[in-house]
Amino acid sequence: MSVLLQVEDLTVNFALRTGDLTALNGVSFALNEGERLGLVGESGAGKSVAGFAIINLISKPGYIAGGRVLFQGEEISALPQEAIRRIRGNRISMVFQDPMMTLNPVLTIGTQMVETLQAHRDIGPSEAAAIAADKLRKVHIPSPEKRLRQYPHEFSGGMRQRIIIAVALLNDPQLIIADEPTTALDVTIQAEIMDLFLELCEQSRMGLMLITHDLAVVSETTEKIAVMYAGKIVEEGRTGDVVRSPRHPYTQGLIAALPQGEHRGTRLNQIPGTMPTLTRIPPGCSFHPRCPHVMAVCARREPASLPVDYPGGGQGVVACHLFDPQRHDE
Amino acid sequence: MMNDMNDAPSAQTPPILSVRALSKVFDISGGLLDQLALKDGRLRRVKTTVKALNRVTFDIAPGETFSVVGESGCGKSTLGRTVIGLYPPNGGEVYYGGQRIDVLSPRQMLPFRRRMQMVFQDPYASLNPRKRVAAILEEPLRFHHPELTAREVGDRVKEVMEQVGGDVQWLTRLPHEFSGGQRQRISIARALVVDPEFIVADEPISALDVSIQAQILNLMMDAREQRGLTYMFIAHDLSVVAHISTRVAVMYLGSLCEVAPAETLFAAPRHPYTQALLSAIPRLGKKKSGHVRLKGEVPTPIHLPTGCVFHGRCRYADERCVREIPELLEKDGGTHVACHGVAEERI
Repeated sequence: MSVLLQVEDLTVNFALRTGDLTALNGVSFALNEGERLGLVGESGAGKSVAGFAIINLISKPGYIAGGRVLFQGEEISALPQEAIRRIRGNRISMVFQDPMMTLNPVLTIGTQMVETLQAHRDIGPSEAAAIAADKLRKVHIPSPEKRLRQYPHEFSGGMRQRIIIAVALLNDPQLIIADEPTTALDVTIQAEIMDLFLELCEQSRMGLMLITHDLAVVSETTEKIAVMYAGKIVEEGRTGDVVRSPRHPYTQGLIAALPQGEHRGTRLNQIPGTMPTLTRIPPGCSFHPRCPHVMAVCARREPASLPVDYPGGGQGVVACHLFDPQRHDE
Repeated sequence: MMNDMNDAPSAQTPPILSVRALSKVFDISGGLLDQLALKDGRLRRVKTTVKALNRVTFDIAPGETFSVVGESGCGKSTLGRTVIGLYPPNGGEVYYGGQRIDVLSPRQMLPFRRRMQMVFQDPYASLNPRKRVAAILEEPLRFHHPELTAREVGDRVKEVMEQVGGDVQWLTRLPHEFSGGQRQRISIARALVVDPEFIVADEPISALDVSIQAQILNLMMDAREQRGLTYMFIAHDLSVVAHISTRVAVMYLGSLCEVAPAETLFAAPRHPYTQALLSAIPRLGKKKSGHVRLKGEVPTPIHLPTGCVFHGRCRYADERCVREIPELLEKDGGTHVACHGVAEERI
């Protein structure tokens, strides 16, 4: 299996009058060809910033302060805007949360799809329309030729999200970055959209980076999970391992906080406090004020990313002093 | 405590809230010019209405956590607002503690407004941004209890603030200084401060992060236990509903499909729509397995389907379902189902 996407020590800062704010703090992970990765975390954890940073879509006052992104071996984080534009929407596509915000309300679906195709390929309008209709068929939209002539408001929310996915598929990308693609949708529609993602990924060995706050959705669709907290990845491993036996105290708390059918009516496990805002990240481990296993060292030193083993032999990475063999309890 | 929560309410307890054939219609025809339409060669005035609630009937027993679930646009929020009197119903009856309340004048309604409170979804929109927390909490108390002295009001506000896990120092601050979870605590405090018996909570946690959701759910469950509250909990997150509810009502297009004790509903859903809805819940640590796919999309509540509102998407639908509206009928185990197929025992 060859590596599709490699993110190394990626850091994004926002330049403010009061100084720089770090929104993404040294994030590293890799995605193989045809693999599905879930990037999970609560609002403000930096997961969307990570998605944007990969395709160099960070706009001012934000900037990439360090690290690099390799896509199929090519360092795309160093490319000029002109060159990265040939990759975006072509070899890497994005799908966003709100389909109504992504589609232009005054243009037909067909116009928007043809435009996307012609931006990347030298083809005529009828050929482009044929490709567009074919992609609509792929996302199970009935009578696609007729649908191409319609406007976004003529579709329901679930149908619009299918269209967005069809747009993302237009140039046969090797990677789709989907940022909360089902959060605005009802649960029955969500199940259909996630089915569609699975089907498409398996059909064409496409990689998927699923950014979401919903652990249950991630656990059903992805092979790997990276959990983010306050701009950092705190745990990464195979999905089954992380969900079954989470190692980082934050992941443990997050999973225990979910109502899961057993122990009905009992108190849920709650993580005390709230995630810090970026202006007030605590020193040391940013989770230490909420952590049930906090030690003296946690407030002083930022934990390094350490390898961990899961029961059953799986391997992962955890950023927590508890797993540091050289740790001295002071 | 935990055991009696799962028990179905006994038939002897008189319900705290009874809703009978409640209907609500919203007129969306707009101005006179919008209403004009050409029909059979003549200009006519046409009214366009949304049928948000269609003959909804249910009871809530004291101490219950009665959840209403359904997808967006099914009318669950309208149901909560109509029950509590924020919307006047267009048909049907609402009884609180045995007394009919939907026909009361605003003045006659006053004592019920203290006993019934509401918590809203969006803690950013439901708190007045220009008032300090103390003023937000004191206002309902002063309004419903004009006999209280300033000191008594202050004491009760402090007491309720502590109960919701807040700090007395919060009282001097403005809503924008708080996070979403803290604001929702303040919203709950505002509902609790007048010492209500019944709270309609409309999606109280869906704007919050997972770790904060657990805090607010725990707070609500604690308050229920300490004060003997009854909840009508409106939600779309089915795993949360499964966790906290005694009974669950499933709504589709303004009608109730199924009302059942939570345990029964999640273990053995009867109505075809409930089956589809529950099979779509993503589950932690499970591989994606086939969910029941519904054909087509939710029809518009402007032109309701004839007969059973679900018939166009139901794989069991037959000619009777197209023709005749199913009644909510009692099945074994306290389950009520509105489905011809279930009534005829072919599903």
